[in-house]
Amino acid sequence: MLRIENLNKSFGEKQVLKDINLDINKGEIVMITGESGVGKTTLIRCLCGLENYDSGRVEYLNDDKGNGDNSIGLVSQSFDLFPHFNVMKNITYPLMKVKNNKKTEAINKAKDLVGFLGLNGLEDNYAYQLSGGQKQRVAIARALAMEPNYICFDEPTSALDYKLRDNVGQLIKTVASRGMGVIVITHDREFANKYANRIFELGA
Amino acid sequence: MDYIIEVLPFLLDGFKTTLWVFGVTAIFSIPLGLIVCLLRLSKIKVISLLMQVYILVMRGTPLLLQITFIFFGLPILGIVLNRELATAIAFILNYAAYFAEIFRGGINSIDKGQFEAAKVLKLSKSTTYFGIIFPQVFKTVFPSLGNELITLVKDTSLVYILGLGDILRAARTLSNKDASLIPLFIAGSMYLVFIGILTLILRRVESKFEYYR
Ligand SMILES: Nc1ncnc2c1ncn2[C@@H]1O[C@H](COP(=O)(O)OP(=O)(O)O)[C@@H](O)[C@H]1O
Ligand SMILES: [Mg+2]
Repeated sequence: MLRIENLNKSFGEKQVLKDINLDINKGEIVMITGESGVGKTTLIRCLCGLENYDSGRVEYLNDDKGNGDNSIGLVSQSFDLFPHFNVMKNITYPLMKVKNNKKTEAINKAKDLVGFLGLNGLEDNYAYQLSGGQKQRVAIARALAMEPNYICFDEPTSALDYKLRDNVGQLIKTVASRGMGVIVITHDREFANKYANRIFELGA
Repeated sequence: MDYIIEVLPFLLDGFKTTLWVFGVTAIFSIPLGLIVCLLRLSKIKVISLLMQVYILVMRGTPLLLQITFIFFGLPILGIVLNRELATAIAFILNYAAYFAEIFRGGINSIDKGQFEAAKVLKLSKSTTYFGIIFPQVFKTVFPSLGNELITLVKDTSLVYILGLGDILRAARTLSNKDASLIPLFIAGSMYLVFIGILTLILRRVESKFEYYR
């Protein structure tokens, strides 16, 4: 379980996160909603170690699965694919460098993910040759490849065609069903109601 | 024509000096520039400040003065260098400062998201820099790097201050001796050909980076 306890975060004088308390279980989809500028992105940046917080705790608690592993993935709003790597290498590079996978091993995992995310035929493309939705799926594949226990999505529907919304929703459900804790920022209420196990309203 | 054949060996001999000063400086100052740039970006204030001072001095004073100082000034501190070594050190230190600033601009131009994606994926610092950041930096700074290299070709003529015989010095000597502009004209042509070739090579390398945007 990922436990956020009394989390406080300010930028200068401005307090953005005030005493946030939130638990996220593995296999669960928690959607974070709230108005623009309320601190949703800041909250998940704190979880991912991209932002320091002033006080409080982010804890990875042991549970049945057991290791208190602090692994977490992020699919940011800008996707941040590595532009000098093709789709395949975006996925395999961290596997080889961080997980010390052999090249063939990494390629096999990446191929599975390419299939899972419907990226077939785009393996050799570079980011500039992909649509927004495709870039997002590559970012998801890259994050999933690392097999984190938790994964965060920052506004996964905002860059997408309305019709693709449900594809992302289904994808998120599948990811959660694999046992990952999923944290999703959205300001789409309908989307949240449809796919969340729990909705966490931030602010006001 | 006879005259050209007569002076050509002298000019080519001078050109050798031009070439080695260019080559040695290019080979050593680019990696050194990268190191200086990283130290300049260091979170340790003293190191960063030291690098800023170094860059300021190198860019803020004439190269001619730096060459002179290294050759004539360092012996006062007990460091005696021969002309070639003094020249090489001055050029490398000077150009490294310019390259450092070019690299810094390049690193700053890289989207913060690249660093953050690498961090969340738990790539190590060195993997992040060597695998993700530098390759992109090289693409963006390459035109400026090339520009600097072309300037370097012409700057090599400053070695005359230590009595080294580069092509321009050879041409001027011949020109004075024979009261002819032809040696200068040949020297100019040789610069032009050399820079022409360099430009082609730079363009070739640049096109290697064009596979992505
Ligand atoms: N690096 C930063 N420096 C200063 N202020 C920031 C920084 N990042 C975010 N903020 C401010 O914090 C508030 C919350 O931002 P953010 O978490 O991006 O909101 P949300 O994702 O809910 O729209 C905003 O007012 C924003 O301007
Ligand atoms: Mg946001």
